[in-house]
Amino acid sequence: MDPDLVLLLNGIVSGLLLGGLYAAAAAGLSVSFGMLDVVNIAHPAFMVLGAMLVALLWGATGIDPLVLSILLTPAFWALGAVIYVAYHHFFERRGDEAIQGLAFFFGVLFIIEIGLVLTLGPEQHFADASYANTTLHFGEIDLPLRMLVPTLVSLLAIGGLALFLRRTFMGRAIAAVAQDREALRLLAINPVRVKRLAFGISIAFAALAGGALVVVQPVEATSGHVFIGRVFAIVIMGGLSSLGGCVLAALAFGVVENVTATFYGPSWSPAVAFGCLLLVLAVRPQGLFGRAA
Amino acid sequence: MKGISRRDMGRLALAAAATVPATARAQTAPSGQPIKIGFSMSLSGGLAGNGRPALTTHRIWAEDVNAKGGLLGRPVELVYYDDQSNGSQVPGIYTKLLDVDKVDIVVSGYSTAIAAPAMPVVMQRNMAFVSLFAANVNSDFKYDRYFSVTTTGSDLKGTFAKGFIDIAMAMDPKPRTIAIVNLDSDFHQRAAESTRFLAKERGLRVVYDRTYPPTTVDFSPIMRSVQAARPDVVFIGSYPPDTAGMLRAASELRVSFPMMGGAMIGPHITAQKLQLGPILNNLVVWDVYAPAPTLQFPGTQALIERYQPIAARENTDALGYYVPPMAYAQMQVVEQAVRRVGKIDQAALAADMHANQFDTVIGPMRFDAQGEWTEDRNLYTQYQGVQGNGIEQFRKPDTQVVLYPPKYKSGEFRKPYTAGA
Repeated sequence: MDPDLVLLLNGIVSGLLLGGLYAAAAAGLSVSFGMLDVVNIAHPAFMVLGAMLVALLWGATGIDPLVLSILLTPAFWALGAVIYVAYHHFFERRGDEAIQGLAFFFGVLFIIEIGLVLTLGPEQHFADASYANTTLHFGEIDLPLRMLVPTLVSLLAIGGLALFLRRTFMGRAIAAVAQDREALRLLAINPVRVKRLAFGISIAFAALAGGALVVVQPVEATSGHVFIGRVFAIVIMGGLSSLGGCVLAALAFGVVENVTATFYGPSWSPAVAFGCLLLVLAVRPQGLFGRAA
Repeated sequence: MKGISRRDMGRLALAAAATVPATARAQTAPSGQPIKIGFSMSLSGGLAGNGRPALTTHRIWAEDVNAKGGLLGRPVELVYYDDQSNGSQVPGIYTKLLDVDKVDIVVSGYSTAIAAPAMPVVMQRNMAFVSLFAANVNSDFKYDRYFSVTTTGSDLKGTFAKGFIDIAMAMDPKPRTIAIVNLDSDFHQRAAESTRFLAKERGLRVVYDRTYPPTTVDFSPIMRSVQAARPDVVFIGSYPPDTAGMLRAASELRVSFPMMGGAMIGPHITAQKLQLGPILNNLVVWDVYAPAPTLQFPGTQALIERYQPIAARENTDALGYYVPPMAYAQMQVVEQAVRRVGKIDQAALAADMHANQFDTVIGPMRFDAQGEWTEDRNLYTQYQGVQGNGIEQFRKPDTQVVLYPPKYKSGEFRKPYTAGA
C-alpha cells in the first residue's frame, strides 16, 4: 500500500479513537452546558478526579479501570446533585448564574485540583488495564486496545444516555427543561429536581470519562486543563443540546487533529481543529446538529 | 587522700554523662537571629512533582546544618511560598520575601520557568542567587551574582546533545539520519537546537523535525510519522505526560530504531519508571544523576537514604534520584560560601562563588563568569534489563547505566530500541 495512504488511514483511525475519548469527556458537558445552561468549567476537573480515584482504587484492588469508573458513577451522581443544589441555592435562584456561577465553577475547579495535590500528591497516577499493551493489527492499520476499549465503552454509555433521554419520562423532562422550564411547572414537574438529576448525570459521566482517560494516559491533578477548550468547542460544534452532534463533533475533532499532526506536524493540530470550529459556526451558528432559534 | 570508691566512680560517670553532652550541645547549638533563606517553590500545579521533592530536600539540608551548629552559629530558617507552578506569581513572592520577610539569602525554586521570573527582582536588590534546574537563564540577563545548579553549562547549543550524538556516531554501522521531535517549551527548544546543530556538524541528515504543543493528547500520529521517515536515530524532547504518551505509542506501533531517546523528562520520576517498565529498555535518556557506582560522591548515598523514608511519608517521588541531589547541592553552595565569607554580604558571597570550587553531593562544581558550570555534565544514561514494574530493580546500578560522559561511564550501549518488544 502507498505509504501516504497508510499514514492517512491510520491518521483517520487513530483520530476516531481519540475522538471517542473526547466524546466521553464532552458528553457530560453536553448535558450540563448544552441542556441545563450551566457553564460547568470544572467538568474536566471532575473527570480528572474520577481518573485519580480510579487509579487509587485500581492500585488497591486491581479491578479493571473502566469497571471501577462505572462503579464510581453513583457517588459522582450524588456529588453532582449536591453541587447543583448549592449552585441553584446561591446563584441560579437569584438569577446570578451568568458571571457569579462561572466564578463558582472556577472555584470548584481549583478546589478539586488543590485537593488532589494535597491528598494524592502532585505526581502522575496511572492504572494499567490488562489489555493496555495489546494492539490489533489489520494489515497496515493499528488498533491499540488502550484507545479502542475506552472509546467503545464511552460510546455505549453515551448511547445508553441518549436512549434514556429519548425514551423515558424523566429523560424527556430533562430535554424539556432545556427548552422551557416554566412549561414543566405547568405539568407539575419541579424543574429544579429535574436539573439536579441531570447535573448529577453529567458529573457521573465525568467519572466514566475519567476511567477512559486513565486507561489512555497517566494523569495528574492538572491534566484536565488540556481538555477545557476542547470539550466546550466540541459541545458548541455539536449543537449544544444534541448528544449525537456532540459525538460526531468529537470524532471529527479527533480525526482533524490526528490527520493534521500526521501530515503537517502536531503544532498545526489545535489551530486547524479550532479553525474548523470557527468555520462550522460561521456556516451554522447553531452548531452541526443544533436547532436554529 | 581518700581513694575513689566504686560508688564514687559511678557518680563520676553519671555526672560526666550529664555534663559532657550538655557542654557539647552548648558548643554546637545555633543561637541568635536565624539566617532566613527565602524561595518560591512549586508545591501545586504541573511542576509540583519535582517542586515537592526539592522542598523536602531543602528541609533535610536545614536540619543537617542546624544539627551541626547552624550557619555562622545562627540557626537556618527556610521561608517559602507556593508559586503554583506559575511564573507570574514569582516576582511577587520574591518581593514579599525581601521586603516583608526580610530574608537574608534567596535561592530559586525548581526549573527555568520559575527561576527566570525571579531575576528582575533579585537583580534590583543585588542579591546573590543560586538557581535549581534552570537552563541558561542568565544568557540574556548577564547578572554577575547568578549561579546555576544544573548540569548543562553555558554552551547549551554546543554541549547539550553532544553525548547523545557521540553515542549515536559510535554505533556500527554509523547512523546517517536522525529524527527530532520536541515539545514547544524553552528547555526542549534549546535541546532540539543543540541536536540540530551537532547533527549537522557530524553529517547526520535530519529526516523529521517537528515541534508539538503542550496540549497534545495522542502521540501516535507523531510516532507514526517518525517511523515513516525511517531514521536511524530518534531524539525526543518531552515532559512527563508526553514522554509516557510517546513511549506508549512507540510500543503500540512496534517501532525499532537503532537508537532512541533524548531529553525525555519522565523516567526520572519513580511513578513513570514503574508504569513504563520494560518499555524503557535501551532508551537513552538525558539525566543529572543515576545510582551508578561512578556517580557516588561524599554524602550522596546518605542523602538518598534519608530522603526515601520522608518521601514515602510525604507522598513525593519515591526514589529521589533526580531532584534531591541537585536541590541539596544548591543549598550546599550557599552553605559553603557563607562559611567561607563569614558574614551575609551579597557581593562577597558572589565573589566567593565565582572564585571557589564547591564539593557537593553531586560532585565538585565551579561556576564561570555567567554563573553556569565551567564544565557541563550532561549525562546520557540507558535503561537496561528492566523486567516487570517493580521498584527494587531501579535501585540497582545496572538498571540505569551511564553511557556519557566517559569519565562517569558505568555500562555499555545496547541497541536497538524496540519499546519493550
